[in-house]
Amino acid sequence: MDFLTNPLNLVIFFPLLGVLALLLMPSGKKDLLRWTALVASLLTFGISIWVLSLFKAADADLQLGLNIPWIQVAGWNINYATGVDGLSILLVLLTAFLSPISILSTWTAVEERVKDFMIFFLLLEVGMMGVFLAQDLFLFYIFWEFTLVPMYFLIGIWGGPQRIYAAVKFFLYTMAGSILMLIAVLWLGINQNSFSVPDMIARSGSIPAEIQMWLFLAFAAAFAIKVPMWPLHSWLPDAHVQAPTAGSVILAGVLLKMGTYGFLRFNLPLFPAAAIKAAPWMAGLAVIGIIYGALVSYSQKDVKKLVAYSSVSHLGFVMLGLFALNPMGIQGGILQMINHGLSTGALFLLVGIIYERRHTREMDAFGGLWKVMPVYGALMLIVSLSSMGLPGLNGFVGEFTILLGAYGSSSIGSPWFAGLAALGVILAAIYILYMFQKMFLGPFDKEENKNLKDLNWREIATMVPLLVFIFWIGLYPKPFFTLMAPAVDNLVKIIQTASMALH
Amino acid sequence: MTQTDFLTLLPNILLVTWACILLLVDLFIPQKRKYITALLASFGLAIVMGIVLAQAGREMTAFNDMITVDGFSVFLSVLFLATGLMSIAIAYGYLKRMGIERGEYYTLMLFSISGMLLMAQASNLIVIFLGLELLSIPLYILAAWARPRQESEEAGLKYFLLGAFATGFVVYGIAMTFGATGSTQLSAIVASVSSGKAVTSLLMIGAALLLVGFGFKVAAVPFHMWTPDVYQGAPTSVTGFMAVGAKVAGFAALLRIFVSAFPSLSADLTPVLWGLAAVTMIGGNLIAIAQSDIKRMLAYSSIAHAGYILMAFVSFANPTVAPDSVASALFYLVAYALTSFGAWAMVIALEKAEGKGLEINDYAGLGRKYPALAAAMTVFMLSLTGIPPTLGLIGKLYLFRTAVEGGFVGLAIIGVVTSLISAYYYLRVVVVMYMREGDAQVTTNDSWLNITIGATALATVILSFLPAALFKLAGDAILKLF
Repeated sequence: MDFLTNPLNLVIFFPLLGVLALLLMPSGKKDLLRWTALVASLLTFGISIWVLSLFKAADADLQLGLNIPWIQVAGWNINYATGVDGLSILLVLLTAFLSPISILSTWTAVEERVKDFMIFFLLLEVGMMGVFLAQDLFLFYIFWEFTLVPMYFLIGIWGGPQRIYAAVKFFLYTMAGSILMLIAVLWLGINQNSFSVPDMIARSGSIPAEIQMWLFLAFAAAFAIKVPMWPLHSWLPDAHVQAPTAGSVILAGVLLKMGTYGFLRFNLPLFPAAAIKAAPWMAGLAVIGIIYGALVSYSQKDVKKLVAYSSVSHLGFVMLGLFALNPMGIQGGILQMINHGLSTGALFLLVGIIYERRHTREMDAFGGLWKVMPVYGALMLIVSLSSMGLPGLNGFVGEFTILLGAYGSSSIGSPWFAGLAALGVILAAIYILYMFQKMFLGPFDKEENKNLKDLNWREIATMVPLLVFIFWIGLYPKPFFTLMAPAVDNLVKIIQTASMALH
Repeated sequence: MTQTDFLTLLPNILLVTWACILLLVDLFIPQKRKYITALLASFGLAIVMGIVLAQAGREMTAFNDMITVDGFSVFLSVLFLATGLMSIAIAYGYLKRMGIERGEYYTLMLFSISGMLLMAQASNLIVIFLGLELLSIPLYILAAWARPRQESEEAGLKYFLLGAFATGFVVYGIAMTFGATGSTQLSAIVASVSSGKAVTSLLMIGAALLLVGFGFKVAAVPFHMWTPDVYQGAPTSVTGFMAVGAKVAGFAALLRIFVSAFPSLSADLTPVLWGLAAVTMIGGNLIAIAQSDIKRMLAYSSIAHAGYILMAFVSFANPTVAPDSVASALFYLVAYALTSFGAWAMVIALEKAEGKGLEINDYAGLGRKYPALAAAMTVFMLSLTGIPPTLGLIGKLYLFRTAVEGGFVGLAIIGVVTSLISAYYYLRVVVVMYMREGDAQVTTNDSWLNITIGATALATVILSFLPAALFKLAGDAILKLF
């Protein structure tokens, strides 16, 4: 009974009820299917709010979870262990928040095989929640690998013209990283005689430094591909561009965060000594990613590709913050994960809206759109400004905190990283404003755009919740920092202990 | 023959007797009512399974220790009998559809299964050989079952010639081992080795020859050449039976011989087995990529899986993980049997007369037309790759864990990397089913086939959430050591 009424289990498995309901419905009644999926994901969001209300922000430890034996034979010591803390609570909320929005965005975009789409989407939600809440490495791995399957179908069935290539590439690329992690997970499980994450953190000092580095790298391979860090990002533009809008939103909004979250939850506390040693390198790759992503974004003609590459740049900021290894950097990194989920999610939604109307995403096909679609233009402007880090909107808070953290970080070792990363903020302004100018300003000279309709109520409804948070975080981020602060301090303490042992 | 002898061997005795009776009874069953033969054969298998289960938990020996019933043999016997039941379920409709329905099919299958049982129970090299022949000869016939079809005849002949060749290796290996130790009894071999009386060089040659002989049977690279042709040419219901039953039986004999008779050789054999496992995983998976025929693709996949199971033999060299390595092999055999059998059943569902419907491209559009079947096939493909939520993943994790635990991290890395490679060709089936337009044709009125597909798919998923019981069973299925 505990298992079924546990709040975290409800968050993880509630979408499954939606799947069951969908399975029983006829595939012809598209609206019924859509509403069922929407209601299931909205209820999941409701449960996540309930979890938030139960969550004690002052407590740095894992909360609300379960820890029951799962496989305790044949030398396995696997528990069904879950728990939420300051590192994951915001990501859980983000997942629950973006899922109904994405489903709402498919109302007219997905007409084919609606039933299958919704089933895969809800299964994906189960997988993502599991990833953020699992506190046993074995369980984590199962959820982690499982997320591949529904996403693969979402891209492969409902994606663009190159969808099969993109889906297979996405699958193989991600799996390539996670198989190395698998070996490391097994090694840890054997040597620590437990797969429990808290146990492993407690014993992390017992792993010899050299082996710690190998384990760090094996885990990093899985997570760096997912983030994606430069130079492992080449799956991302394909997957993003080919995925259906809802898929892109979830891919950018949540799936990429699984990578950064992995670093945060596993790489830093499990292998702190290796993390300290690797910090300058990771920061270096992050900065390259920031600059590279921005430059490549600038040279895109397809808006969706531009947004996709901007993710490489933004996630670079997150990585830079995490590997600053100080409270400021890590808090900024976590907040930036949320920010990116909101802003880039919103950007993908907006791109999807125009694509549905015009069936092209080439920037050259537009121009002066503001005249026919003022609401659309205004929304795009706000989201663009948020994405490029305008003060008063969410992106600024995250990036600024990260830069402060990276600037003062002793483990990165040089303020130059922060300095170069700041250049990325400027580049972001260039490519985003360039995009905005090309599409919305200038002369309205394309005949095809004359009949474009402005947003309808459903589309506005998908955007408004995102805007609320974009402004909220931008103007008053304190509640978000309060949620994560104790857990982050705890994490930094672990790293500092290891750092003292090193010197 | 004493009473213990009789009781110990009762499953085999009953099965063979039943098969002989069935051979006669079948003569009086009209061609239109061959389902009676199938039912009677299944009935026999079910009864025998009951007896085997009654033997569980006991350790018995018979015929001067030539036969051993232990946890290991019971575990595998149940697996063989279950395979037999499923094989009949998928064969009945198929044989009728292909116009090759003859009652002897079931009888031959029973004989072959009794050979498998014997191989699992044998604790004497001669008995292992007997079991091997009893298992193989009916299979040679079954491979050529679709007789006027050239591919089937070729498969039968090829399987027979190469099988006989491999048997030669086994016999020669037995002879060498006998020469080295003065006995074919596994316990006597162990005793002679540990007392230092055995001629080590001869014993090594004997062990190597046995490894080659059984390498053929389990289709390990480089002894795999026959597999794709035979698997492709044989009627698919026979292929499924071969790919699961015969392979598991080969592993049963290998485990019995190399684990309980040659443990002292493990240090010398480990590098060889390491190489064999690595080459089999790499070779099987790489060649599978190039296949466009589903039967050939699954054949190479079955070769690759032999490689994964061989990993367990490598980690066996480390005494601390030895029990786990046997258990992991058994666990994986179950996972492989369920998944692979389901996949072969799917092949049958799409196969048409004249060998049509066997291209992977013939699966196009299946996801839309038959969502349940496509979902089942997806489960099988994911399980063969090792993606959750499937039993294949848990099985692979167990194998990899024992390899890592035994200190063979390199081999485990080869294992995961080849799994990644395999994802490419398994996913292609999924791609074709869901992402390409097409008009897949399925035989829908074969309810036994559908039940088999559904049951194996469900078991593959459900057992992955509740694997503890299976872990325990595999862990308890301990080999009797001497």
